[in-house]
Amino acid sequence: MSPSVPLQEMIRAIRSARTQCEERGVIQRECAAIRAQFRQSDNGGRSHNLAKLLYVHMLGYPAHFGQMECVRMIASPRYSEKRVGYLGAMMLLDEKQDASLLITNSIKNDLSHSNQYVQSLALCTLACMGSAEMCRDLAPEIDRLLRASNSYIKKKAALCAVHIVRKVHDLGELFTPAARSLLAEKNHGVLHGAVVLITELCERNQETLERFRKVPGTVPDLVQIMKGLVISGYSPEHDVAGISDPFLQVRILRLLRILGRNNEGASDAMNDLLAQVATNTDSTKTVGNAVLYETVLTVLHIKSESGLRVLAVNILGRFLLNNDRNIRYIAMISLQKIVGTDHNAVQRHRGTIVDCLKDQDASVKRRALDLSLALVSASNVRSMMKELLLFLSSCPPELRAQAASGIFNAAERYAPSQRWHIDTILHVLTTAGGDVRDETVPNLIQLITNASELHCYTVHKLYRALLTDISQQSLVQVACWCIGEYGDLLLRGECQETEPVQVTEDDVLDALETVLQSHMSSPATRGFALTATMKLSTRITDNVDRIRSIVSIYGSCIDVELQQRAVEYNALFRKYDHMRFVLKMQSSVFCSGSNRQVSPLVFLPQVCDLLDLLGGSEVTLQPIPAVGGTAPGLFTNTSSTTGGDLLDLLGGLEPAPPELSYLIFSAAPTVQVYEKAGVALTLSCEKQSDSGLTVTLTASNSTDSDISSFTLQAAVPKVQILANSSCFTQSKSFFRLQVNLKMRIRISYSSQGSAFQDTVQIDSFPGLSAAGH
Amino acid sequence: MMRFLLLFSRQGKLRLQKWFTPISEREKKKIIRDMTSMVLARQPRSCNFLHWKDLKIIYKRYASLYFCLAIENQENELLALEVIHRYVELLDKYFGNVCELDIIFNFEKAYFILDEFLMGGEIQETSKQMVNRSIEASDMLQEDDNSDWYEVELFG
Repeated sequence: MSPSVPLQEMIRAIRSARTQCEERGVIQRECAAIRAQFRQSDNGGRSHNLAKLLYVHMLGYPAHFGQMECVRMIASPRYSEKRVGYLGAMMLLDEKQDASLLITNSIKNDLSHSNQYVQSLALCTLACMGSAEMCRDLAPEIDRLLRASNSYIKKKAALCAVHIVRKVHDLGELFTPAARSLLAEKNHGVLHGAVVLITELCERNQETLERFRKVPGTVPDLVQIMKGLVISGYSPEHDVAGISDPFLQVRILRLLRILGRNNEGASDAMNDLLAQVATNTDSTKTVGNAVLYETVLTVLHIKSESGLRVLAVNILGRFLLNNDRNIRYIAMISLQKIVGTDHNAVQRHRGTIVDCLKDQDASVKRRALDLSLALVSASNVRSMMKELLLFLSSCPPELRAQAASGIFNAAERYAPSQRWHIDTILHVLTTAGGDVRDETVPNLIQLITNASELHCYTVHKLYRALLTDISQQSLVQVACWCIGEYGDLLLRGECQETEPVQVTEDDVLDALETVLQSHMSSPATRGFALTATMKLSTRITDNVDRIRSIVSIYGSCIDVELQQRAVEYNALFRKYDHMRFVLKMQSSVFCSGSNRQVSPLVFLPQVCDLLDLLGGSEVTLQPIPAVGGTAPGLFTNTSSTTGGDLLDLLGGLEPAPPELSYLIFSAAPTVQVYEKAGVALTLSCEKQSDSGLTVTLTASNSTDSDISSFTLQAAVPKVQILANSSCFTQSKSFFRLQVNLKMRIRISYSSQGSAFQDTVQIDSFPGLSAAGH
Repeated sequence: MMRFLLLFSRQGKLRLQKWFTPISEREKKKIIRDMTSMVLARQPRSCNFLHWKDLKIIYKRYASLYFCLAIENQENELLALEVIHRYVELLDKYFGNVCELDIIFNFEKAYFILDEFLMGGEIQETSKQMVNRSIEASDMLQEDDNSDWYEVELFG
C-alpha cells in the first residue's frame, strides 16, 4: 500500500524541528491547516488529514477537534476513509465522549456490510470502545454473526461478544448457545475466540459454569482438541518452535482449570491429558515453557491426583534451574502461591530456592526472599537463618527492610534458644540496623530482660558492638540501655559465655559519651545514652563526679527532651542523692511502643511528705513541676526511710496546697482502705494511659492531737510482662499487663508520744476491673 | 485480558499506544510516564516482568524500541512474551526488516496490523499467515477504493 505522502512530509517536518518550541510551532501550523481542511465539505485528502491529526495526537498534543471528522469519515462509502475514520474513533473517542454515540448507527450498518473487511472494522471498533449502550444495541447483531458468517468474521464476532459480556453481564445468556456450538469449528482463530468467550461466560456466571460442566460437558471436547494439538504432526500454519498453536493450547488449559476447579468429575476427565502435556511438551524454548507453566497452574488448581501434583511441582523445580531468569522468576511466583498448600513438595526444592538469593536479578532475589522466609521451619531454622543473614549483608537496599523484618518474625517463631535469638537479632542490627522497624528496640530490650541468665553475655556483646560502630541507631539504643542496666556485670569482667575483657568504668563512660557527642546519634539515641549514664551512677563507684558533670552539661542542651532529662537527673544529684539508688532497680515494666523513648523516671517512686499536710513539720515540700506525661513530680522526704520493696505504679499523694493541684485528678472514685484510731487512708486510682496508672493515697487525721513522723511505705508485687505475640505487626501498644494489682501499705507514726505502726493490704482498687486492667 | 500495549524508544518517545479499556486522557499520560520511566530504568539483563499496581507488565526490547504489554494477574507472562514476539514478526514480515523509522512514518499501518492480531484485549488470530493475508487484502481494497467494491473471500 502506498504511503501517505502528505502524512510523511509532516512527520519529517516535525522530526527535523530542533527544539520543543520549534516543534510546537510546526504542529500548530499543521493543526490549523487540518482544521481548515476539515471545514471543507469534500476533498480527496481527508484520510491523510485525519492520519496527520492522529500522529499529532500520539505526540501528546490535543486533538479533540478531530472527533467529528472521525464520525464523518466512518460514514463515508470509501474504504480508505472508513479505515482511518475507525482508527481515529478508537484513538480519540472512548465511551465517555458524547460523539461515540454518533457512530453507533454507522457501526450497525457496517456490521451487515457486504464486504467482510468493512464488517471487520466495525467489529474491531465495537470491541475496542463500545459503551454499554452500544453493546446492548448491537448484541443481537453480534449473535447473528457468531452463527452465520465466514470464519474471518466469526472469530472477530466472538471477541466482540467477549467485550459485550464484560460491559453488560446479563447479555452472557444471549451468547451461551452460540459459544458452545463454536467449539466444533476447525478454524483455530474461531476456536480461540470460542474458548475465550466460554472462559468469560464461565467466570462471570456460576450457573453458566455448571452448564458447561454438566456431563458430557465441554471437557471432553476440549481434551480432544488439545490432544489433536499436542500429538498431531507439524502444522506450518500454527507452529511456533515445534509447538502447535501454543496460544490456543494455553487458552484451553486455562478454561480446563476453571472447569475443573472444585469439581472431581471434570478434574478426572482431564487428568490424563494434563499428564501427557506435562511430559511431552518440549521445554527448550520459552513457548514450550509457557505451555508447561499453564499446565502446572491448571494441575495445581484443580482436584488432581497427588502424582500429578508432584509432577507439577517438579516441573517448577526444573524451572528454577533454567538459565532463563524469566523462567526462574515464574517458578518462584508459582511456588510462593502453593507453599501453603503443598509445603512439603516445595521444601524439597529449598536448596535451589536459597541459591536464587544470590541471583543477579532484583526481581528474582525478591521472590527468593519471600519464598525462603515462607520455607523456614523449626527443623531448618538454623541453616536457613545462616543463609538469610548472609543475604542480608549483601542484599539490595530496597529489600533490606523486608528481609530484616522477615528474619525477626522467623527468629521469633522458631528460635531454638534464647541465646541464638539474641545473637540473630544483634546480627541483624549490626548489618541492617537502619532498616529495622521501630518496635525492634523495645522488643529486643524485652527479650534481653527475659533472658536473665544471658545478661552478662548480652551486655558484653553489645558493649563490643558499640565500640566497633555507633552509626546503627537501633543497635546503639539497645546497647546503651543494656549498659545502663547491667553495667555492673560488664565491669565485673568475667563472663561464662564469651571471652572476658577488662573494662574499666572510664571505658564505659567513654563509650557512652562518644554516643552522646556523636553527630550520627539521633535525639532518641542520645536520650538512651544519657539515661544509661545516669543509671551507671549507682553501679559504679569511682566516677560519679564524671557522670555528674556529663549530666549537668546537658542541662542546657537545645534538645528539649534531653534537657528535661538532664535537669531532672541533676536534681537527683543535688537534692535527692539518697534516692539515686532507685535507679538501681532493674526495671521489668515497660512503656508501650507508642512512646519509643524509655524514660526511667516513670519508675522512680513518689513519696509525699505528709507532715506538711498534717502540720508540725520543718521540712518543706519542693515539687519539681511535671513536664509532659512521663515525668511525674518528685517530692522530698528527708526524714523518712524508704523501703527496699519495688515501688512501681505508685502515684503521688494528694497534696493540699493549690499550686500543686495539677496533680489532683478529678472524678476518680475513692474508697477508704484503712481507718483506725482516727487515722484514715483513702485510695483512688485513675488510668491515665494504656501503660500508666496513678494511685492516690490520702491520709487524714481526725483526732484532736497532732501526728508526727508519719511515714508511709507502699509495695506492689513484681509483675511479669506477657508480650503480645503479634508485636511485629502492631506498631502501638503491644504489652498487656495481666496481673491482679495488690498493694501493701505500712504506716507508722507517733501520736501523743507513742509510736504506732500498722499494715494494710489492698486487694481491689476502685475503677479497675478484677483483672487489674 | 491485556490492558494496554505501548511502544516507545530508548529516549522515551511514544511510537504506538493501544488501550483495551476506557481510560481518560490524563490517566493515559500518567501511565505512559510511569511505564517509560519504569522500563527504561531496568538493568539490561534483568527479568522481563514487572509488577505495577494490580497488573503485570511484560516488556521486551527489540533494537531501539521497547514493547511494553500490561496484562491482568491471571494471565500467563511467558505467553505474553510470545505475543509481543508475534507482533514483531508480523511487523517484520509486512515492512521487511522493520525498524523504528518504519513504525514512525507508517504508524497507521502498525495499528492496522495490530488490529488484525489482537482485539478487545485478547488474541484474535493465532496464524501468522492469516494475519498477513488479511492485511494484504485490506491494503488492496484501500488501493482500489475508487472503483467498485468487490468481495474478497479468504480461505477459511
